[in-house]
Amino acid sequence: MAETIPGDLKYTKEHEWARAQGKVVVVGVTHHAQEALGDVVYVELPKVGSTVTEGKQFGVIESTKAVSELYSPLSGTVVKVNEALADNPSTVNTDPYGAGWIIEVEPSDPKQVDALMDATAYANLLKNA
Amino acid sequence: MVRRTPLNEAHRKLGARMVDFAGWDMPVQYSSVIGEHETVRTAVGLFDVSHMGEVEFNGPGALETVNALISNDLTRISDGQAVYAGLLNEQGTFVDDIVAYRFSPERIFICVNASNREKDFAWMKEHAKGVKPVDRGDEFAQIAVQGPKAAGLVQRLTKADLSKVGTYRFTEGEVAGVKSIISRTGYTGEDGFELYCPPGGAVKLWDALLTEGQQDGVKPCGLGARDSLRTEMKYALYGNDIDDKHTALEAGLGWIVKLDKPAFIGKDALVAQKAAGVKRKLVGFELTGSGIPRHGYAILKDGKPVGEVTSGTMGPSVKKPIGIGYVPTELSAEGSTFDVDIRGRAVPAVVVKTPFYKKP
Repeated sequence: MAETIPGDLKYTKEHEWARAQGKVVVVGVTHHAQEALGDVVYVELPKVGSTVTEGKQFGVIESTKAVSELYSPLSGTVVKVNEALADNPSTVNTDPYGAGWIIEVEPSDPKQVDALMDATAYANLLKNA
Repeated sequence: MVRRTPLNEAHRKLGARMVDFAGWDMPVQYSSVIGEHETVRTAVGLFDVSHMGEVEFNGPGALETVNALISNDLTRISDGQAVYAGLLNEQGTFVDDIVAYRFSPERIFICVNASNREKDFAWMKEHAKGVKPVDRGDEFAQIAVQGPKAAGLVQRLTKADLSKVGTYRFTEGEVAGVKSIISRTGYTGEDGFELYCPPGGAVKLWDALLTEGQQDGVKPCGLGARDSLRTEMKYALYGNDIDDKHTALEAGLGWIVKLDKPAFIGKDALVAQKAAGVKRKLVGFELTGSGIPRHGYAILKDGKPVGEVTSGTMGPSVKKPIGIGYVPTELSAEGSTFDVDIRGRAVPAVVVKTPFYKKP
């Protein structure tokens, strides 16, 4: 079974993850989030070049039953979105930390990522939920 | 207080995700909504629908009493047959939609929606002229066995000859040793049965169906799949597509309204509406843009709100975003186009023929 809380990622209490990758930060939803959502059938993505704000909604993720908001872990500019999710939204379920990534952001302040929860803190959050 | 069906423990053991539905603690999914949906389309699925209510009219004049309460006509069917019908207000709008079973002219059994159990019984008690209704909701559990392999599965567990039980017909018999009403009805668009049994027998029946059904690829299915299956058929859900604000004719359910029948509640309003013309209609549509229509979203024409989405989903079998909603009659013909307001975005949609899903 795939790792449910990878140690090298950062996390939010809204169950998004962030991975610093050179100048950009890749953002997705956690294993826990995709499991709680159920079958993901649609992801509404922001436009490339749009700005996102820490803690604010940047998109929408829909399962068969429910519509949920996606919140940005950090502020910055969207430089890439995962276009493949349009045809295969269920990738968010099958590979949430890999092919199921959602957006790539160039942060306004690269230090923002450091302030997010690490894997241990996120695991505790889930345990105490 | 939250209510539990006799199968509550069984659902938890199967790892179901439970939700509150109309005050009942019910399974929304066990593994995946899409997987359960596909199992019902291709094999067989089990649904606990014990939360639904049952009301019985017993005694001379039962048929006439019920016939004055419902929109369909019990004189047109034989003993051993059931009809889908509306319980209507004087305005021709819905108190509920129900299935009425004709055991005999002196015994009519009615299945009502979980969310309307108390309301329906009070309404029937108030309006029944003649035989008085008896609330039997707590005397029955109900398991729906649905899918192309349902008949084979149920047949292996009963001595009743199911080849003689056609669609919307029923019989009584033991299934897996549990005394049941065996009804060839359902809410999925697939062949199958709804089994009404005493609450004390529900676990035995459920377990027997799961065990015997292994060879058929049976799966327990939750309310999530039940909703996507019925949406693909454009079967109405009370509280979404039908309610006390839209008439049976607006809902496109004229076929369950027998206006040539003697008086029933709501008849006069519907006769008048039919003569005057129905101004809005419930249609099925597909989005031609991206997104998913959902209950409560506005339907727009030239930017102005003209209607409302009542149900919508990404249809797991049709593999398209589909919706049901009320629109002005002039926008109800197949091929008519309008937009759906999805979070401020006007997404184009087109009216299509329903059911959305047709068997391959």
